[in-house]
Amino acid sequence: MDLHVVWFILIAVLFSGFFFLEGFDYGVGMIMPFLGKTDGERRAIINTIGPVWDGNEVWMITAGGAMFAAFPHWYATLFSGFYLALFLMLLALIIRGVAFEYRSKNEDPAWRERWDWAIFFGSFTPALLWGVAIANLVRGVPIDAHMQYTGTFWTLLNPYGLLGGVAAVAVFIMHGANFLSLKLEGDLAERARAISNLWWWVAVAAVVLFVVGLFGYTGYTSKGFLAVLVPLAAALALVAVRSLDGSSRFWAGGLAIILATVIVFIALFPNVMPSTLNPDWSLTIYNASASDYTLGVMTVVALIFTPLVLLYQGWTYWVFRGRVRVGEGGY
Amino acid sequence: MTEVVLARLQFATITTFHFFFVPLTLGLAILVAVMETLYVTRGDEKYKRMTKFWGHLFIINFAIGVATGLVQEFQFGMNWSEYSRFMGDIFGVPLAIEALLAFFMESTFIGVWVFGWDKLPKKLHAALIWLVALGSNLSAFWILAANSFMQHPTGYVLRNGRAELESFFALVSNPNVWFQFWHVFFAGLTTGAFVIMGVSAWHLLRGRELPEFTSSMKIGVLAALVGSIMVSTVGHFQTQYIIHEQPMKFAAMEAVWEDTGSPAPWSLFAVIDENRQENPINIEIPYLGSLLSYNRFSGSITGMKTIQKEYEAKYGPGNYIPPVKWTYWSFRVMVLIGGLMLLLALWGLVLWGRFETSKAFLASSIWMIASPFIAVSTGWWVAEIGRQPWIVQGLLKTADAVTPASVVPAGTVMISLVGFNLLYLVLGIIDLGLMIKFARRPMNEDAGEEGALVY
Ligand code: HDD
Ligand code: HEM
Ligand code: HEM
Repeated sequence: MDLHVVWFILIAVLFSGFFFLEGFDYGVGMIMPFLGKTDGERRAIINTIGPVWDGNEVWMITAGGAMFAAFPHWYATLFSGFYLALFLMLLALIIRGVAFEYRSKNEDPAWRERWDWAIFFGSFTPALLWGVAIANLVRGVPIDAHMQYTGTFWTLLNPYGLLGGVAAVAVFIMHGANFLSLKLEGDLAERARAISNLWWWVAVAAVVLFVVGLFGYTGYTSKGFLAVLVPLAAALALVAVRSLDGSSRFWAGGLAIILATVIVFIALFPNVMPSTLNPDWSLTIYNASASDYTLGVMTVVALIFTPLVLLYQGWTYWVFRGRVRVGEGGY
Repeated sequence: MTEVVLARLQFATITTFHFFFVPLTLGLAILVAVMETLYVTRGDEKYKRMTKFWGHLFIINFAIGVATGLVQEFQFGMNWSEYSRFMGDIFGVPLAIEALLAFFMESTFIGVWVFGWDKLPKKLHAALIWLVALGSNLSAFWILAANSFMQHPTGYVLRNGRAELESFFALVSNPNVWFQFWHVFFAGLTTGAFVIMGVSAWHLLRGRELPEFTSSMKIGVLAALVGSIMVSTVGHFQTQYIIHEQPMKFAAMEAVWEDTGSPAPWSLFAVIDENRQENPINIEIPYLGSLLSYNRFSGSITGMKTIQKEYEAKYGPGNYIPPVKWTYWSFRVMVLIGGLMLLLALWGLVLWGRFETSKAFLASSIWMIASPFIAVSTGWWVAEIGRQPWIVQGLLKTADAVTPASVVPAGTVMISLVGFNLLYLVLGIIDLGLMIKFARRPMNEDAGEEGALVY
């Protein structure tokens, strides 16, 4: 197969993994201060993702690195163009990462309360901004003939972009709540489930609007039968979430997230950043890519290490299978 | 200020900040792994207490290293988009490999290590911290491979208006990366060692937990000895390599404006006038310049003015002289610290096992905690500032690498420059406070509650 296409797919895989894994991480972070009434409960909630959130975050780092290596112009145009949005996201993620480690380093309740809200904002902000970014990515942004973004930060905050943000936040809260109802016990698990049920409505509404928008903004209908099949499957998975229980409920939500990511990438293909100024100025998997040699090298590297990473990350989830109890010192 | 200046300021400040935490991660991971291995093989609970105590400091430090690393991954696109376009074909490769091969490894296994004390068999648990150490040092290798290309481009071809990779093998066998890697590896080991020595000294000075902290001090002294000898040795050969590959950087490191005669002296202290391109005051040690540069008592050093003329002929008009004062003094500070470190390690060797008998040694150890952090920062300033005006030696100038002002105007860079630096300042203070708090705690308090390493 054409290596450009292979790398487009690989980056879609990385983003799918990122949204699936960080999706529940962000969700847990957003839910934590509301679901956890006592310090012990909050500790337990954080402990559900304690051992894994850092590994999950590396999916985003790797997606960034892979874009750099395979599609340097995409990396350059996107991150310079979305500068302030990315800046805010990085601030949030820095605070979040530090908060997980530092909240328990001091007994003072005020200290802990502060870090808990840091975790909330550190999870909410990137969830929202990734939604905004992805929506703008498929919708197209002003890019000139030299691959330079000509909009501003405010260009991104159009209605469709904001809809994407809402969709991401709602879906991640639902996903995080499903994860928590799987990992916590008793009353806490029940309450997490109630949160998931509530946010399910918002998630469904936002995602449906988002996909309808896709049909309007992009040449989505011309993408063949996959373009119809995948949204159908995603809808099915999303509907199933509400009627399912336990781990199948979690997996259905996760599947919906993965399929939604796939939809976005189908809508993009073969562009990586469509231009609203002139379709000829769009960044595509051909004009934005690295050389064939580099793509070849990276393919070999990815084929060797991606399965390895999946294997040991899977192992860590296996080690920490089972539920987290409140008041349990560690795990 | 123009956006180039602001972007450079941002890059320099936040990367230097990232690299405060990185070397401690690199070195401490290995030393904690050694302690846990001693625990597993000898079964002595003392080593478990040590593992947990130093592991705790490791985690606090690691958290900020990771958080600040995130910015690193994206800032090339944000502020250096033209660099990313020109260099992405090459630079992206080691960066992506770093993430896939190293970051996944360290971040995944550190999570299991921290939370897995009573979930996993002892040997497996100890293996995990070794994997973290391996992952951290692998990540250093790959990012240095990326940086080495910027110092000494190899295995590329200029095509389609950019540098394209022609040989992956050339990228990783770049001689520059092998100097850099070992230098950084041993700098990391030294950093870990001096933190352990300083903290242990604080406890020993108060006569606390002598067995634990004497053992820790022994490990620290040994690592400091090996580390400081090796970092200086590698640094010496690295300098000789730079004479060939980046003569302008070397001349700036030595503040040599005119060609020296043979044998060349070595400047100990110079007052440098960059505008008039001369050193009004220069205290020199005869012969030493030749000795350090060529391992013999003869040989001259080419001056900046000569190289400037060569470069003008080769690359066109322009100023090819880097900021000399920064380069010269950064280099001297680093080398001086390297020397002091070696002396302190030797002193520790002399005192072996009776460290608490010398208050002066213990007090010096505490003061020297700061030294590796100063040395690694100044070291990077030599490498990076000494390379200016090039961002990629001979291929791309820093001024041409920055994101166009039409995309990211100076005002916007100002926002992020101030934003990142304020956040880092606050985090730095919190981190230092926590490090001090946990460094002062006794070890045994830790050992009491099972799984004390949990947040
Ligand atoms: C504990 C830290 C430490 C110590 C004691 C030293 N260094 Fe160093 N040095 C570093 C930590 C470091 C570093 C931060 O790790 C750098 C930055 C880039 C690199 O490769 O390593 C560095 C860079 C660096 C460079 C520039 C490399 C380049 O431009 O690519 C030279 C020439 C030296 N070192 C030479 C020395 C010598 C001759 C030393 C003798 C005492 C020495 N260093 C001690
Ligand atoms: C981690 C330790 C590092 C430190 C402390 C550091 C520091 C610096 C400094 C101080 C400059 C500014 C030079 C000037 O403005 O005159 C600079 C430039 C630069 N360095 Fe590094 N650097 C480090 C590592 C790296 C690495 C590993 C890379 C690449 C992988 C890199 C890429 C760059 C780039 C792109 C520039 C150009 C921008 C500029 O001139 O400011 N640096 N670095
Ligand atoms: C010589 C310079 C550098 C070295 C040796 C180095 C090494 C490391 C190491 C060992 C870590 C693990 C965390 C820690 O150390 O506390 C880390 C974190 C990180 N670094 Fe650096 N780094 C350097 C500069 C850079 C640069 C220039 C980038 C830009 C791409 C970068 C990207 C990252 C990222 C994304 C992380 C977070 C990884 C995670 O989540 O595990 N680093 N770095």
